[in-house]
Amino acid sequence: MIRDITLGQYYPADSVLHRLDPRVKFIGTMIYIISLFVFKSWGYVLGTVFLAGVIVISKVPFRFMVKGLKAIMFLLFITMFFNAIFTPGEVLFHIWIIKVTKEGLILAGRMGIRLVFLIMGSSVMTLTTTPNQLTDALESLLKPLNKIHVPVHEISMMMSIALRFIPILLEETDKIMKAQIARGADFETGNLIKKVKNMVPLLVPLFISAFRRANDLALAMEARCYHGGEGRTQMKPLRYTGRDYAAYGILAAYLALTIAIRVFLHW
Amino acid sequence: MGIIKASKLGFDYFKYNEEGEEPESYRAIDDVTLDIQAGQFIAVLGHNGSGKSTLAKHLNGLLVPSEGTLWVDNMDTSDEEDIWKIRQRAGMVFQNPDNQIIGTVVEEDVGFGPENMGVSTEDIWKRVDDSLEAVGMVAYRHHSPNKLSGGQKQRVAIAGVMAMHPKCIILDEPTAMLDPNGRKEVLKAVRTLNEQENVTVILITHYMEEVVLADHVFVMDQGHVVMQGTPREIFSQVEKLQSLRLDVPQVTLLAHELKLAGVDIPEGILTTEELVNVLCQ
Repeated sequence: MIRDITLGQYYPADSVLHRLDPRVKFIGTMIYIISLFVFKSWGYVLGTVFLAGVIVISKVPFRFMVKGLKAIMFLLFITMFFNAIFTPGEVLFHIWIIKVTKEGLILAGRMGIRLVFLIMGSSVMTLTTTPNQLTDALESLLKPLNKIHVPVHEISMMMSIALRFIPILLEETDKIMKAQIARGADFETGNLIKKVKNMVPLLVPLFISAFRRANDLALAMEARCYHGGEGRTQMKPLRYTGRDYAAYGILAAYLALTIAIRVFLHW
Repeated sequence: MGIIKASKLGFDYFKYNEEGEEPESYRAIDDVTLDIQAGQFIAVLGHNGSGKSTLAKHLNGLLVPSEGTLWVDNMDTSDEEDIWKIRQRAGMVFQNPDNQIIGTVVEEDVGFGPENMGVSTEDIWKRVDDSLEAVGMVAYRHHSPNKLSGGQKQRVAIAGVMAMHPKCIILDEPTAMLDPNGRKEVLKAVRTLNEQENVTVILITHYMEEVVLADHVFVMDQGHVVMQGTPREIFSQVEKLQSLRLDVPQVTLLAHELKLAGVDIPEGILTTEELVNVLCQ
């Protein structure tokens, strides 16, 4: 059962967005997030239209987008609540010592929209891009950092190895847990401190086995001539196609429109 | 001179105690001399701790001998300049199928070796296609390795080595963690490679049944090569094998017991058919 977990939240489908170069999607998400902070009022209509358009193109069911929101519900409410009560301005009504102001409500609304759109916008990226493609995109986009001696290739290699081993280690955790339960270990009862203490017989074997695996894997990589990023070629190099340039065009137009709306219309 | 040649090879492991003083040394292999010809199917037998895995790690330069010299395709493994060439010529498959697959998709894992060697993208794809074909895993190329069976994972690992176009492939107990079906699959793939692609195979194992098809067998014990010869020569010495704590294939053992009991049959019977033929004469 634990084998079937999907990492990240990739939703396989055949859409233009799925086929876009991951670098475009990454930069697109960045631009969208920036635009959310540029808008002040009516500009959010443009943000909504853009997001809705992208969601329709992605062919990912809408409920998957909303799933990501559950995690931030709490944060969202707190942000909105405090924005509403702590912003000074024209008082609309009193509840006990809490004063709700018009400016506060507007600010809370804006914050809410920003957070919701931000999460949904990045969900579009993670839902249409496999974790591996994301790693590749990061490696390629961060390549300039190589000049200041940031080991970009090594970092992305570590990320992709981590992605490969998470399911294996999860399975192993499951196995060790069952083995320890069979010998009378108790992972369920007691207070928090006791529960944490009870995790020791699970964590020790897990760590030992993780180190052993790391050692084996390093040997296997060396045996297959791995010697860092130098002189390494790629089986699936990222290459821009016409589609990607078109997407960049759309993104540039969107960004320009965003800035124009803010500068000239003050929306 | 053969593809792999070892002369008076010796290797010491050092064991450091907790205070970190005076390391204890432990001789893992001692005075090993081999000469393996290209295209052969070699088996190395031995029980746990006999030094067979240590020997395997020497064959592609993961370990460098403390004594003696080892040549792979006429290159000395202790020469650091040639190390990547040696690892490309002599590919290695390890025991645990999970711990040697690097890619998150089968075809990407097979492409890992060629990527490291700096092969051009088009050529990588060709090599990946060919090697997946050779081990019969083409249908699984887009799968995640986590969803494959042990035997399939080992075949992917073999394909990953084949994509580097090695002259020789060393398999360090590749079937030890597999079920009988997986074991058969892997051995079949290895035999096909040996026969059709003419790759030299060095199979390290403690399963006697896997040795029967080899051209030449080395038996190791406590770091020494104690016996060598064709499978028939090795298996005709049942008592000696048993004194080395090795099992002989059941058929061979049965034939040996029958002979001891007075039946007139030759030593070194390797397969069931052979025994049936001899008994029915």
